[in-house]
Amino acid sequence: MTSIASLKIGQRAIIKDFSVEVVPLKLLEMGCLPGNEVTLIQAAPYSDPLYLTINGSHLAIRKEMASKIEIELING
Amino acid sequence: MAKQINVALIGNPNTGKTSVFNILTGLQQKVGNYPGITVEKKQGNCKLNRNLKAHIIDLPGTYSLNASSLDENVVIELLLNKNDKDYPDVAVVIADIENLKRNLLLFTQVKDLGIPSILVINMADRMKRKAITLDIEKLEKDLNTKIALVSCRKNIGFDKLKDLIINYKLLSKEACVNASVIAPEYFERLRKAFPNEDQYKLWLVITHDISFGKLDRNIIKGEVPFRTKSIGNLKRLKQKETIVRYQFINKVLKETLIIDKEQAKDLRAKLDRVLTHKVWGYVIFFSILFVIFQAIFDWSTYPMDFIDRSFSSLSEWLKNTLPSGQFTNLITEGVIPGLGGIVIFIPQIAFLFLFISILEESGYMSRVVFLMDRIMRRFGLSGKSVVPLVSGTACAIPAIMATRNIENWKERLITILVTPFTTCSARLPVYLIIIALVIPEGRVLGILSYQGLTLLGLYFLGFGSAILAAYTLDKYLHVKGKSFFVIEMPNYKLPMAKNVLITVLEKTKAFVFGAGKIILAISIILWVLASYGPGDFNNAEKIIQEQTVSQNLSQEEVDIKIASFKLEHSYIGIAGKAIEPAVRPLGYDWKIGIALISSFAAREVFVGTLATIYSVGNGDEETIKNRMAGEVNPVLGTPLFNMASGVSLLLFYAFAMQCMSTLAIVKRETNSWRWPLWQLISMTAVAYVVALAAYQLLK
Repeated sequence: MTSIASLKIGQRAIIKDFSVEVVPLKLLEMGCLPGNEVTLIQAAPYSDPLYLTINGSHLAIRKEMASKIEIELING
Repeated sequence: MAKQINVALIGNPNTGKTSVFNILTGLQQKVGNYPGITVEKKQGNCKLNRNLKAHIIDLPGTYSLNASSLDENVVIELLLNKNDKDYPDVAVVIADIENLKRNLLLFTQVKDLGIPSILVINMADRMKRKAITLDIEKLEKDLNTKIALVSCRKNIGFDKLKDLIINYKLLSKEACVNASVIAPEYFERLRKAFPNEDQYKLWLVITHDISFGKLDRNIIKGEVPFRTKSIGNLKRLKQKETIVRYQFINKVLKETLIIDKEQAKDLRAKLDRVLTHKVWGYVIFFSILFVIFQAIFDWSTYPMDFIDRSFSSLSEWLKNTLPSGQFTNLITEGVIPGLGGIVIFIPQIAFLFLFISILEESGYMSRVVFLMDRIMRRFGLSGKSVVPLVSGTACAIPAIMATRNIENWKERLITILVTPFTTCSARLPVYLIIIALVIPEGRVLGILSYQGLTLLGLYFLGFGSAILAAYTLDKYLHVKGKSFFVIEMPNYKLPMAKNVLITVLEKTKAFVFGAGKIILAISIILWVLASYGPGDFNNAEKIIQEQTVSQNLSQEEVDIKIASFKLEHSYIGIAGKAIEPAVRPLGYDWKIGIALISSFAAREVFVGTLATIYSVGNGDEETIKNRMAGEVNPVLGTPLFNMASGVSLLLFYAFAMQCMSTLAIVKRETNSWRWPLWQLISMTAVAYVVALAAYQLLK
């Protein structure tokens, strides 16, 4: 599965799907919803946590959570 | 009399909500606590026109009306409770132009509760630089509200906002998103059962239980028997609601908001490339820490020396001016030295809060959280623990309150438990005076002073033991909790002087008055205990005269002997002698023992206590430091404060849990006596053992 955790810096993607049970409401409210665009801006050492823009919001999440959110890369 | 209306300021964190509050209320604000909890309650007044006054409440920042922390819960409880005396006549929802999409989520929720709402779009002065154009008229129509574009930095748009508040009765109370579409049948049943209640309000009451816990107040008359859906089902509906809201917002913004990405100047990206860099990010962070500590160690010593001297001259002056008697003694020997012990903190507290509020306001603190998360997690902490640990160098109380945004309970608990190890400003006067007494002056290579290095070492010791304790707790503490972490990375902003100054002023005031009461009370009690005693105390003159009759001493020497005899036989002397066996192995005499015991109320009492004890019957205008330097160990005849006893004292204060206010706050935040008691016992035990070892090795 391609997830947010596999993004490279600067790469853009579209959020595809995730399970409600693992992704908390708070993250949803911050814009992490299927269909929204996600870009990796910066990664801390060991690629954890990840600094992203999702739906225009700038936020950081841990790799563990990022690996549970499926994405589709945008080419180009 | 002017009519008064309630205005609630609501908004996401980092939208400049507090700046709006500061501008509307000026310095006419009051910071307190919500009853029974430690959430800060900020309120103030604003005169709108001759007939109308606004009572403004700055509610804690929240991303939505689904609470996940105590602070957020305050917002929901107020907005759901029409009987609350603060229930808003009008809600002012503050949004930031750059995060309009996300900020509108909260706006639609507030509006759906049927509260007249005004949308404030802040940082309008950035629109041009960010190449943003906004069709205000259309947005007002689509959201069915009134909008004020403001800029706190340039103080623009506030007349318009005040106008909108004055005319709050014209605002529409209609919902803008129909939440019932997520489960039409279910909402229909709710409507039938509670025809007089707002449906969205009912929905929030029902789902609040799963997201946070039972609502405290009796918000809706009668039971809500509609928990017919499983928790999983309700969670899915909550998610659906969020999606529906974003669909609405996206549609609205698509037609009103244009961002020309080509034209936008993105300073954030450039700064982030450096500030969150894998190497430079850390270099910069540690350099900033270094500057902060330099300010506390070095820059603040000048005002502190000045305060110390002023208080001893004040005491001396009062002694010579006021008619002599017990009352004058109480003032000059109890109250003034005690007060001096508080006031001397002000420069350091102010410096610390100055830096912390600049780091928070500028948006840099989030980058620190990002950089440190992985490292801190290795020790069972979170990146978000950095803020409490750094704030802990000012005071553990606000620091422990700052742990609330840590989502994972285990990480939060560990942060709460280890924060008191960091060197808080209450330890500072103790450290400073002991270092000045026992560490020689002089500099390494002519730059770094030995005394400064010792202080730096103590700060590292504080952080080090916090980290070590966290690591141990992480291994042995078994607490269930979801691992989850999300932090917003706000755009960089130049901190606004007004906001920073108000924060520094408020925090310093709160500290001085909070600690002040305790210190003052204790200094008065100590003075009384030191000035009265049973039995021999009252015959001191006679006993000493008899003892010294053959020694041919001058009157002055006899007076000193009388004074010290009196102190030894006063109530405090008796108590001190009783505990002396316990503290002698650490290198202390009974006077330090007393100071140690009274420090369990608050550490900073140490200096005040010694000041009180030493100034009783000791009239010259010496500073506390000189008096302490003159103390002699009764057994060895050497100066009481030497390297061995000094280091032992420093270590004792570094580890011991001596702060009643911190224990009280830990009890409140963890909702149990178990953790504060654990802190008190284990930290103090460590302190005793380490101090004992240090004294025995160095002696």
